[in-house]
Amino acid sequence: MSSLIISILTMGVIAAFFAYGLSIAQKKFRVEEDPKIDEVEKALPGANCGGCGFPGCRAMAESIVAGKSKPDGCPVGGQETANAIGKILGLKVEKSERKVAVLMCRGTDEAAKIKADYRGIETCYAATIVQKGNKSCSYGCLGYGDCVLACNFNAIEIGKEGIPVIDREKCTGCGMCVKACPKHLLELHPISRKFFVFCKSLDNGKTSRANCKNACIGCKICIKGANNEEIVVENNLSKINNIEILNNEEAMKWVGKCPTKAIGFLE
Amino acid sequence: MELILLFISFVIVNNFVLSQFLGVCPFLGVSKKIDAAFSMGLAVTFVMSITAVASWAVNNFVLKRFGLEILEYVVFILVIASLVQLVEMFVKKVSPPLYRALGIYLPLITTNCAILGLALLISLKEYNFLQGLVMGIGGGIGFTLALVLMAGIREELEAADIPEPMKGAGITLIIAGIMALGFSGFAGLIK
Repeated sequence: MSSLIISILTMGVIAAFFAYGLSIAQKKFRVEEDPKIDEVEKALPGANCGGCGFPGCRAMAESIVAGKSKPDGCPVGGQETANAIGKILGLKVEKSERKVAVLMCRGTDEAAKIKADYRGIETCYAATIVQKGNKSCSYGCLGYGDCVLACNFNAIEIGKEGIPVIDREKCTGCGMCVKACPKHLLELHPISRKFFVFCKSLDNGKTSRANCKNACIGCKICIKGANNEEIVVENNLSKINNIEILNNEEAMKWVGKCPTKAIGFLE
Repeated sequence: MELILLFISFVIVNNFVLSQFLGVCPFLGVSKKIDAAFSMGLAVTFVMSITAVASWAVNNFVLKRFGLEILEYVVFILVIASLVQLVEMFVKKVSPPLYRALGIYLPLITTNCAILGLALLISLKEYNFLQGLVMGIGGGIGFTLALVLMAGIREELEAADIPEPMKGAGITLIIAGIMALGFSGFAGLIK
């Protein structure tokens, strides 16, 4: 019994000693922090998603207050958050356009050929390790939904056609799906941009055509008629350079020309 | 002479990470960049030295006097947690650049088993004050050495062509194993 009391007393005394020491130290070594950091942190979404490149919202807030990051640096919060932060810091916030994720592949179940029967772990990452996946096209979307899992906002689901469909309203542009895709098929683009080359295949035309109906085959038809270097074909893949001319009638011409419909508008 | 031997023993022969497998978590987690690894090593060395002294004092002046050796674990954790807090506040006040360099690693040290292992080893081997202090500093430097070596190798690995399934944790653990084998070669150096 006595040993019980002694141990409780000893522990209590030791704990009290350290607690007292810490409380003194706390007062003595107190560091004044900018109260703005707390305010900015409150204005941020607080999801700690890491989309901004900092480990959490707190680190981002410190960086914004220090002037190292822009108030609109949070990809999740969007314009509202940027305005709120701008108010706290007394800064004017330029309007920045919301970015959303876009899938750069139209290798649907119907269009893309399958080269093997994959029965392993059902994630894109695992499937990629085995011979770059079960689709004939080694650049194409596998449709196991690593991006769906990565999305914290339920903005992606695997559609009827076997490839992810992105809800452009729900997408916050945090970029987690971009990191999750082992094929690097997801990209962030301004929401107003609807005109893309929906293919990443660098195979030659013949192989691409054999692998997938919707692939860019590098036929260069799109280049003809387009002056300047608005659109170029590099490594068997068409690439749009001049973003200014997007969405206009001009673009429609290319969509019509493309024999495989790899160039097109988002639905 | 005995102290020098003890020092070398804990830097190389009984290296906390590679011979005793304590503190493997930060060894794998914080060894991607040499800078970060070195900062972490410094923080651990610092905390280890203080812990060695404090835990020795608490053990000899309090626990042994009241015959409470069974409370070692609890008390040592208390001591370490408090000390890390104290050190964190102190560093934040005195040197903000160092505080930023140590960053998240300082609070992480609280749960580092190498530190608890050090405190327990000192009490187990019944070292005196000076021996304990030397062991703390030596252990910390040994930890830094292991971490920096590992970080150096991993920086080189970035450019290496590693088979896909072995990338990341796989190759890191294999390297850790090979390094431990290498360090086991020092085993006969000091008893």
